[in-house]
Amino acid sequence: MIRTEHLSKRYNTLTAVEDVSFEVKPGEVLGFLGPNGAGKTTTMRMLAGFVTPTGGKASICGHDVETDALAAKQCLGYLPEGAPLYGEMTVRRFLEFIADLRQLQGARRKERMDYVVERLQLQSVLEQSIETLSKGFRRRVGLAQAVIHDPPVMILDEPTDGLDPNQKHEVRGLINAISRDKIIVISTHILEEVDAVCTRAIIIAKGRLVADDTPQGLRARAESGRLEDVFRAITV
Amino acid sequence: MHNVGIVLRRELASYFATPVAYVFIVIFLMLTSALTFFMGNLYERGQADLDPFFTFHPWLYLFLIPAISMRLWAEERKTGSIELLMTQPITLWDAVLGKFLAAWLFAGLALALTFPLWLTVAYLGDPDNGAILAAYIGSFLMAGGFLAIGSCMSALTRNQVIAFILAVVACFLFVLAGSSLVLAVFRSWAPQALVNAIASLSFLTHFESISKGVIDLRDILYFAMLIAFFLIATSLTLEVRKAK
Repeated sequence: MIRTEHLSKRYNTLTAVEDVSFEVKPGEVLGFLGPNGAGKTTTMRMLAGFVTPTGGKASICGHDVETDALAAKQCLGYLPEGAPLYGEMTVRRFLEFIADLRQLQGARRKERMDYVVERLQLQSVLEQSIETLSKGFRRRVGLAQAVIHDPPVMILDEPTDGLDPNQKHEVRGLINAISRDKIIVISTHILEEVDAVCTRAIIIAKGRLVADDTPQGLRARAESGRLEDVFRAITV
Repeated sequence: MHNVGIVLRRELASYFATPVAYVFIVIFLMLTSALTFFMGNLYERGQADLDPFFTFHPWLYLFLIPAISMRLWAEERKTGSIELLMTQPITLWDAVLGKFLAAWLFAGLALALTFPLWLTVAYLGDPDNGAILAAYIGSFLMAGGFLAIGSCMSALTRNQVIAFILAVVACFLFVLAGSSLVLAVFRSWAPQALVNAIASLSFLTHFESISKGVIDLRDILYFAMLIAFFLIATSLTLEVRKAK
């Protein structure tokens, strides 16, 4: 369970996120939509414990992200915006490092390692250093570190950015495959992605939550029935 | 502590995954040798000790240690990998300590590789090995002090050049704190107690007494507290950045 209550973030005079409250339950795949600079990434960073909220509360699996940060992070797999990685490491070394931090051991470690490598098609680049990889591979390495410990909650900031159509299809397949009984939050600019993987969508504009509905419910708000038109009507 | 070890191993491996480690070690060894033989006149003075070697350490560290420490946090912030690291289930302290210890071990390795100088004086004469060992320990502690200051400066900025310059300036003040140059400025107006306090912060005073072979608990405590202070300052700096 993810729960936020009146979550806010102010930078001096700028308000990045204001009074955002929502809940996500197991089995839900929540799409986070909104124009650039609307506060999607800041909200996700607060949930991941990377940015401290200036107001309100957030919890992951019942653990407050500020007062019980370690337990909250243990429940979470997080792909930061732009999928930052350690460029000088090889893909294998990097995943071993994450597996160490996630305390994966023995047979389970090997099983999870094999799973993410196969699922994200990383076999061919395992021994390559990350800085030599293409954008698509880097994104997939970032995804691999977010799901390697099979967390109950995943927050993925633009998981398909920089991927070609085939790779996008693969990643959506991955999300659908792991979403049962899990909580997944993805942010995206690609509205068709919402239809492909999300059971629910939240639209954020200027730091505020302006819509929270199923994809069908959102589409019904426009006469044309197109998500794009709904998005523009709400956020412009 | 388990996580400290994981962070430490990753950091240490990353030094050797790039040419940074090799360039640093080679330059360090070349400079220490050149200073010892040409400026310290190791041969000409006709004494079997390593004083000419250790005398230059504070000055060498002044430029070389910030070159190690500048990347500690500034690079992570520049590339954004700090977000990846800090959203793993580790505490801020695990990361601060792990990174510092990796840098310290690396500096220790470079220092240990100067052992041929020890072999040289041992071959030429009959040095006081206890004093040399004490001086090595003192030099290692001093490197830790420089690194802790550098770690804090690196946490202040995402620009490695700025981190380097800040660290050099801060370390310079600590090296010179006990010199008559600095103390004269204070002596004219400040009470004697303050002058003494400033003098007691000096790297040089503490390092010199250890490098003479006297391992005084107060000198060790000084470096330990200095390191602790700047590592706590590092984590507070990072904490404030996160809340900003």
